[in-house]
Amino acid sequence: MTAMQPVEQRDEVEMLSLMLLIRRFEERASQQYQAQKVGGFCHLYIGQEAVVTGAVAAVRDDDYIITAYRDHAHALARGTSANACMAELFGKATGCSRGLGGSMHFFDKQRHMYGGHAIVAAHVPLAVGLAFAIKYRDEDRVTLCFFGDGAINQGAFHEALNLAALYKLPIVFICENNLFAMGTSVKRSTSVKQIVDRAEGYDIPGEIVDGMNFREVRDEVAEIVDSIRKEPHPAFLEVRTYRYRGHSMSDPASYRTKQELEKYRLDDPITRLRAQLTREGKLTNEQFDQLDKQAKETVMAAVKFAEESPQPPLDKLYDYTYANGAMEPGRPRPAELASERREGAPSPNAD
Amino acid sequence: MREITYRQALNEALAEELERDPNVFLMGEEVAEYQGAYKVSHGLLERFGPRRIIDTPISENGFAGLGVGAAMVGLRPIIEFMTFSFSLVAFDQVVNNAPNMYTMSGGQFNIPIVFRGPNGPAHQLGATHSHATENFYASVPGLKVCAPATPRDAKGLLKTAVRDNNPVLVLEAELLYSSKGMVEPPDEELLIPLGKAEVKREGSDVSVICYSQTVPLALRVAAQLEDEDISAEVVDLRSIKPLDEKAIFDSVAKTHRVVVVEQDHPFCGVGAEVCYRIQKNIFDQLDAPIMRVSQEDVPMPYNERLEHAVLPNAQKLLTAVKQVCYA
Repeated sequence: MTAMQPVEQRDEVEMLSLMLLIRRFEERASQQYQAQKVGGFCHLYIGQEAVVTGAVAAVRDDDYIITAYRDHAHALARGTSANACMAELFGKATGCSRGLGGSMHFFDKQRHMYGGHAIVAAHVPLAVGLAFAIKYRDEDRVTLCFFGDGAINQGAFHEALNLAALYKLPIVFICENNLFAMGTSVKRSTSVKQIVDRAEGYDIPGEIVDGMNFREVRDEVAEIVDSIRKEPHPAFLEVRTYRYRGHSMSDPASYRTKQELEKYRLDDPITRLRAQLTREGKLTNEQFDQLDKQAKETVMAAVKFAEESPQPPLDKLYDYTYANGAMEPGRPRPAELASERREGAPSPNAD
Repeated sequence: MREITYRQALNEALAEELERDPNVFLMGEEVAEYQGAYKVSHGLLERFGPRRIIDTPISENGFAGLGVGAAMVGLRPIIEFMTFSFSLVAFDQVVNNAPNMYTMSGGQFNIPIVFRGPNGPAHQLGATHSHATENFYASVPGLKVCAPATPRDAKGLLKTAVRDNNPVLVLEAELLYSSKGMVEPPDEELLIPLGKAEVKREGSDVSVICYSQTVPLALRVAAQLEDEDISAEVVDLRSIKPLDEKAIFDSVAKTHRVVVVEQDHPFCGVGAEVCYRIQKNIFDQLDAPIMRVSQEDVPMPYNERLEHAVLPNAQKLLTAVKQVCYA
């Protein structure tokens, strides 16, 4: 289903270039991960670009967004710089979480991006809290809560949906259904035929959206958000999408067939929006190539920025545990920490 | 000063903080229409309305997480657990989300939230409803934990907790709710800092270090010990984390003998941390090995006689004190 009236839209060419930035960023992140410049776990968004781009295109900059651990794209879509995102992957002080969060914990307070959360579904109650605060303050903002198909079988998800419906909170639950929770397919994990049916159990209106189609995502989110701003309530979108890569960098995705992957690649969200714009005379091949070149350059510059950025200072280790400063007497003094580090193993992120 | 109950003291603290700051709200099971499972929130719905005194379904993970999310954008939630035994259902929110957010976001999001409710064994509630959770939570960096024993401390610590910019657990106690004590009049602002212990009774022969429900126990035993010419100093920690090392060390430097009486289990319990810090910092001040009195290391039995045997009690504390005094 699509909205009858397109909302006041962000420039589609701009949104296409954002999708390109996300794709090129993720490709480069993958390469840097393999070069061991990026530590920990790293989950790529390649194939799903139209979901967050479409959703963000439909809301205001002061609306709240929050997501799970496949979060690089959500920060980029919100306008967090590729530099700050890449530096976070490198664990550098210039990262969007000062190098303390890593791939799964991107935050950008200024841009109302509330994370980056790595325990499956644990952020869904947080999202309900963001929406609660909106209603408490009688604002007309909306919260967009993104999560994967794996989240819908966690207790936290169910408790959160019930609370949102009970308190009539302004929130859109956006399930990015990429068919697999790690290696377990939706069929093997979920009792209902369609994920969206879960919303019905909480009296929350739900829709299924083609997540490979930027315009469909944007228009659907816009229509829902419009209705929420008039009268706060929760809504649910099952956005059907596909990730081209494995669950994380260490996953070869042997649980699915090459044919399946190829089928989705043919339906690529970037190719699709490009074709739509080209057909309508809004984009030439030269312009597209230029956008792609720009995206690649931005990401290459981000890698250089991340490489050259400083490590988070060791003597600030205790500064981010408690707001308003550390409180335990007897905590190690910075000098003690520094000397322990010099004698011990090098930091995993050392160049 | 006037005498009020621990329950009334908490109620006053809630009302005063709700009155002072419009960002403060109280949420939990039965806090509004039922007036609180233990009546701590009695009258608050009528006074502050359903926007700020909010009943929840039985969904601890859900509403604890809701609180953390609301705190991310500057509200100051007070989340009531009907008991801290039920907080275990929300462990992920209390342990993974509330205290980690400030670090994970590189200092962008602090979480000014209070989790409060009764903690520790009450009376014959059996294993699932008798948890003393202070040692679980105090071991988590990013959380602060206090466990007041008197009405005055309950009021002053809860008010301070609400104003703190970090997640603070206020561990109350079911068996203390009806206890009475002297508290400043309502027109006098009462704030008791986190991380400050209080000597509840001066003594010179032995330091009995305690908190929450073990404070009245320690005071009772100290009075008994007087008859045996043993002068016990009772040090109420009040806060588990931050821990007031100075108050502990000052007392030990005076008495040179220590018993820690705690309501949690012995393995990795609060007393273990206290002992470690004493021996590390003022080993030479000790004239005897430190003794600990805690729960026995078993799940809580329902049977009354067995429950009594599991809990720290006067007989165990007397024995421990005499042992460290070589009496």
